[in-house]
Amino acid sequence: MTSAAPLDARGLGKRFRREWGLRDCTLSIPEGAIVGLAGPNAAGKSTLLALATGLIAPSEGTISVLGRDPLRDPSVLAEVGYVAQGAPLYRSFSVADAIEYARRTNQRWDGDLAAELLNGLQPRTRVGSLSAGDRARLALALALGKRPRLVLLDEPFAGLDPLAGREFLQLLMDGVAEIEATVVIASHVIADIERVCDHIVLLTGGGVRLQGNVEELLESHRILMGPRRPIGTIRGVRTIVRERYAGRQLTLLVVADGPIADPSWTVENVGLEELLLAYMTPERLPVQSPPEKVPLRWHG
Amino acid sequence: MIEFHLDARSGVATYLQIVQQVKEALRLGTIDVGDQLPTVREVVAHLAVNPNTVAKAYRELEREGLVVARQGRGTFIASTLAPASLRYHDELRVKFERWLDEADAAGLDEESVRALISATLRKTWARRVA
Repeated sequence: MTSAAPLDARGLGKRFRREWGLRDCTLSIPEGAIVGLAGPNAAGKSTLLALATGLIAPSEGTISVLGRDPLRDPSVLAEVGYVAQGAPLYRSFSVADAIEYARRTNQRWDGDLAAELLNGLQPRTRVGSLSAGDRARLALALALGKRPRLVLLDEPFAGLDPLAGREFLQLLMDGVAEIEATVVIASHVIADIERVCDHIVLLTGGGVRLQGNVEELLESHRILMGPRRPIGTIRGVRTIVRERYAGRQLTLLVVADGPIADPSWTVENVGLEELLLAYMTPERLPVQSPPEKVPLRWHG
Repeated sequence: MIEFHLDARSGVATYLQIVQQVKEALRLGTIDVGDQLPTVREVVAHLAVNPNTVAKAYRELEREGLVVARQGRGTFIASTLAPASLRYHDELRVKFERWLDEADAAGLDEESVRALISATLRKTWARRVA
């Protein structure tokens, strides 16, 4: 490897009092990727981002950001753009104050880029009276104006209506295309990040459940549908991720390692949302009748 | 200039949708050799997609020899897919529009028109093949 991964964790864990917020987390994010950090609430997403920004110290393991330890070498944070959940900003500042503050506190401040991203926002408006969408826009402009090499966003779509969410995504992609940063977007709503992420890290219960390139993951997984039967080995299937029974119908989500030869199976491709939901439910949990509804989203 | 659109439910990968839309525009002659494609930044700001995806689509078009990337200037159409018959399109379109007006005057709705066209196409092509 020529340059260090933008974000790299080895056996990383964080304990809060008695509970582990994150445990045995090993992951590596390729440079230039747009990463969806997915998982239900309390899966450890915010904990991972807080560790990456040196806001908290690991209880075990290591985390490295752009090849450096964010706790021992906080200078690396100048190259990290972080927007915490709810885009916290000084409410009494005006938009212009917030920009001026960012300009003075960042050595590599790109005022042109920030202004471009803020286009249309009145400089005199108080931060406290901005709409949720405009506040997210300001927070993003402040984070990207640093021209960071790594951008970390914690639930940026929470509190945004669909239109504001789409505008935020457009702005984010526009800025990222300009600065060519690696991006990590933590979100519990997969539909919000599906459009843009090319890499996925799925956290469940404080651990990494699945990670990889989105295209490769979708390429390697298949849905098999057929009449109910005892499951032995199926030619072309490496692993069964989930099995579901509905009446006489059996539906499997599998990792395939070749064509499924048995014609009694109907083979279908899987979408990202369905794939991640399957990995979030307990492994190989056979659900007896009645057939359950597949939740499209999950909320804590 | 071509403007891309995205069908999230089509199941077709985003980069492929972009590739297909460029090819379709080339076949219809709406873009031609020398024309510039929108920059990656313009596309991502418009569609809210990953810049890597747009770059991948442009690389694929370049690999197929349809576009060339000029450093610092953008991506340009290098060759066309338009058939030689393209010059007859305008005239044929005008005649077809006239025919559609007649069909409308005769009381055919859109579905009847489509049904008539596809049935006629099938019949005519079957005869030609035979």
